[in-house]
Amino acid sequence: MAATKSLIRSESGKVRRVVVVGGGLAGLMTVIKLCEAGVPVDLFSLVPVKRSHSVCAQGGINASVNTKGEGDSPQVHLEETVYGGDFLANQPPVKAMCDAAPSIVFMLDRMGVPFNRTPEGLLDFRRFGGTLFHRTAFAGATTGQQLLYALDEQVRRWETVDVEDDRGERVPGERMVRKLEWWEMIGLVTDDDGTCRGIVAQDLKTMSIVAFPGDAVCLATGGCGIVFGRSTNSIINTGTANSAAYQHGACYANGEFIQVHPTAIPGADKLRLISESVRGEGGRVWVPRDAKEHRPGREVPESGRDYFLEEKYPGYGNLVPRDIASRELFKKCFHEKRGVYNRESQHNENEVYLDVTHLPRELLHKKLAGVLEIYEKFVGEDPYVNPMRVFPAVHYTMGGLWVDFDRAANGSLVMGSPRNQATSIPGLYACGEADYQYHGANRLGANSLLSCLWAGMVTGPAIASYRKNMAKSAWDVPSSLFEKAEKREQKKLDAILALSGNENPYQLHDELAQTMLVDCTIERHNPTLDKVLAKIEEIDERSRRIGVTDSATGKMNQGAQHVRHLRNMVILARVIALGARNRDESRGAHFKPEFQQRDDANWLRTTMAFHQAGAGGAHDSVRFARSVDYSLLGQRVEVKDDVDTTLVRPRPRKYETAGAASAAAKG
Amino acid sequence: MADDRRARTIALKVKRQDGPGQASYWHEFAVPWHPRMNVISALMEIQKNPVTTSGQKVTPVVWECVCLEEVCGSCTMRINGRVRQSCSALVDAIGKGDAPIVLEPMSKFPVVRDLVVDRSRMFEDLKRVKAWINLDGSHELGPGPRQSPESQEQTYPLSRCMTCGCCLEACPQVSASSDFIGPAALSQVRLFNLHPSGKMHASERLEAVMGEGGVEGCGKAQNCVEVCPKEIPLVDSIASVGRDATKHMLLGWLLK
Repeated sequence: MAATKSLIRSESGKVRRVVVVGGGLAGLMTVIKLCEAGVPVDLFSLVPVKRSHSVCAQGGINASVNTKGEGDSPQVHLEETVYGGDFLANQPPVKAMCDAAPSIVFMLDRMGVPFNRTPEGLLDFRRFGGTLFHRTAFAGATTGQQLLYALDEQVRRWETVDVEDDRGERVPGERMVRKLEWWEMIGLVTDDDGTCRGIVAQDLKTMSIVAFPGDAVCLATGGCGIVFGRSTNSIINTGTANSAAYQHGACYANGEFIQVHPTAIPGADKLRLISESVRGEGGRVWVPRDAKEHRPGREVPESGRDYFLEEKYPGYGNLVPRDIASRELFKKCFHEKRGVYNRESQHNENEVYLDVTHLPRELLHKKLAGVLEIYEKFVGEDPYVNPMRVFPAVHYTMGGLWVDFDRAANGSLVMGSPRNQATSIPGLYACGEADYQYHGANRLGANSLLSCLWAGMVTGPAIASYRKNMAKSAWDVPSSLFEKAEKREQKKLDAILALSGNENPYQLHDELAQTMLVDCTIERHNPTLDKVLAKIEEIDERSRRIGVTDSATGKMNQGAQHVRHLRNMVILARVIALGARNRDESRGAHFKPEFQQRDDANWLRTTMAFHQAGAGGAHDSVRFARSVDYSLLGQRVEVKDDVDTTLVRPRPRKYETAGAASAAAKG
Repeated sequence: MADDRRARTIALKVKRQDGPGQASYWHEFAVPWHPRMNVISALMEIQKNPVTTSGQKVTPVVWECVCLEEVCGSCTMRINGRVRQSCSALVDAIGKGDAPIVLEPMSKFPVVRDLVVDRSRMFEDLKRVKAWINLDGSHELGPGPRQSPESQEQTYPLSRCMTCGCCLEACPQVSASSDFIGPAALSQVRLFNLHPSGKMHASERLEAVMGEGGVEGCGKAQNCVEVCPKEIPLVDSIASVGRDATKHMLLGWLLK
């Protein structure tokens, strides 16, 4: 029996909506699932949704369709994903995702995504990291863009569909989706029981602050690569929404797991990604055997080239998982000083060659044009002729808001359970890169688009069922709750606008990013991490003496917005660095030279971080817990930090042998 | 020699506007040059330290950018009079001696502040032409229709449109006094009418561009294809949609 009278209208007659924040793949998929379940949505995005960071994904999306008859299956996909993630991912959600992957790719196909085709007219698949199978469907080398556009089109269609009330009659003036673009989520609204009742958002065109009720709220706001400054991430990926939720009491999990992608173009404003698909199609990584090699890459003969990944990992070769490839590249350049020699600067740069010049031009054009075009435009060299020069860059946030899952007897998920993708704040859900759930300690290439879509497919039904069973709609709680939250956020903005100190917020971000990038990415040493933590405290201190660069009110003010983002980034940086400092082992992307072994006895567990606000001028701190305790629809739920490894038993991770990632997948 | 280059500065002349409907004015800035520098890096320098060449402290220049690799379409503006993305505008390639690089907002859309404009009309136009597949639902229904590699090679380039607005900015037929829908949405009509399921609703899309402000508004100046950063064959798209619309107008009633 439904607890409330109408699922469409509140007691006062308003249309009951759910809030989704973020218009990338995960957010849009959630919106589509909610609409299909008859739930009207307010969709917030700080940029027009078609410009979300999902467009940057290049290589493709994994699904074990086995088009090439290699014996691939969702079971192998599951095994390789948890092995690639060094066994830190809970396995039931991963199983459910891998099982659903073929149907997800077929759905995208039906939406009109221009996937590359085989001669028979079927979807084509290519190779990606951490597997020996052709498992990755792709649309040229701009797959993320094409997927996002397909979902954007479907959501636009929902924008034209009228809301129907419980009797099936149209509600005048109300559409299933209301888009609020150029609106930034800046805080949550929770009631006295701690249940999430909506958000506070800011209109970035006018800077006005408004609270919006939502029967549930879903954050699909992506990762936080900009904490590290230059990365492959878009400029908007500051993690600011996640940080706000964390400061409001949500648990943040596995923050220390940050993926560094092995191949990006060094740059001053951004480190542009060169997709793993380049290696999937046959691209080779090498450095000259002679560290003082003066000739340009294309003139170095075969005998003078060191294909170091292929030599060390004969099975997976250039397609070892990203954490491993990045460490090898780093070692080659940083420790062995064998990066490409630069005649002008007269030293070995932190760059290796990524070479596609041996591949047929027609293949490159059909399958990789989009990414090779980026290299050509931004470096000004022709990658069809000259080997590209690349270096690792921060790429993906494996950690994120802690979310629950409801395990089914068959080891998969109970679909439609309100526990799936629920954060530790009742009524607040998270999905996509913003959650921590699917990738463990290292994400496999082409699993991100999949996990975004899958998590959205899970979140929609979870919220629909939560909403069906909630005792009181957010649209029926007293308006004073929203007024109070608005005032709270307005006060924070006013304080920012009044900042007149001598610290430059952009300089502070540069310093934060520099320390995080140099000392908290590929290799982590405890004494250095102590210095990182001290630097974070210093930046926190100095951030109180910022001079805001723009004090304009009533119009777009990016200066004030940046101060808010900076503060939220400092708080996430502390979670990341402290998590890294505590975890004395090496697992996936987290590597400590002093603790090179994985330590399952002590560390096969989820890092669960809670915000501790500093009282009376003291700095904020982090409380690490061994369990999450929350209540959902009146039921108390306790989840310990143990990782569910009931489907694939943990074993040492060794990519030196072909087929090591799955017993069913010998090369 | 290398040291001289490092000490170099880049001059920028930026058209400013404090808010919608307000008067515009110009500011000049000089920022340090660095290798592979693009217009966005120059704007980031100004953002950090907004002081003009005459030493006046001003509000930082506001602009829009997201991906910085020319796939999101955000950072479109007029650079030295030509519309393009500012992320892929490398200063060494666009500079003309000591002359400043001139940045202006696009002129065919309302200004929000400085270089930021509001392109929502383009997204509304996508609604008008029903630029989507009429999906039965996102539940499991098996694979989509088979398509030849050749048809993928035809549709993929059309599907790369970022809704950046370059084509509208360059089109002489798009103006405050005209309601011409512009090349981007017309090309989407072609894209969806080529798709095996999309073409089931081809007539709805054609009808949407047959009336006032539709495909007839094209003056065949061909500026759109010149400025499209993704080299989408927009002129072909408009011609193709025009032919189909004419055919539909003459014969459509026979099929009803």
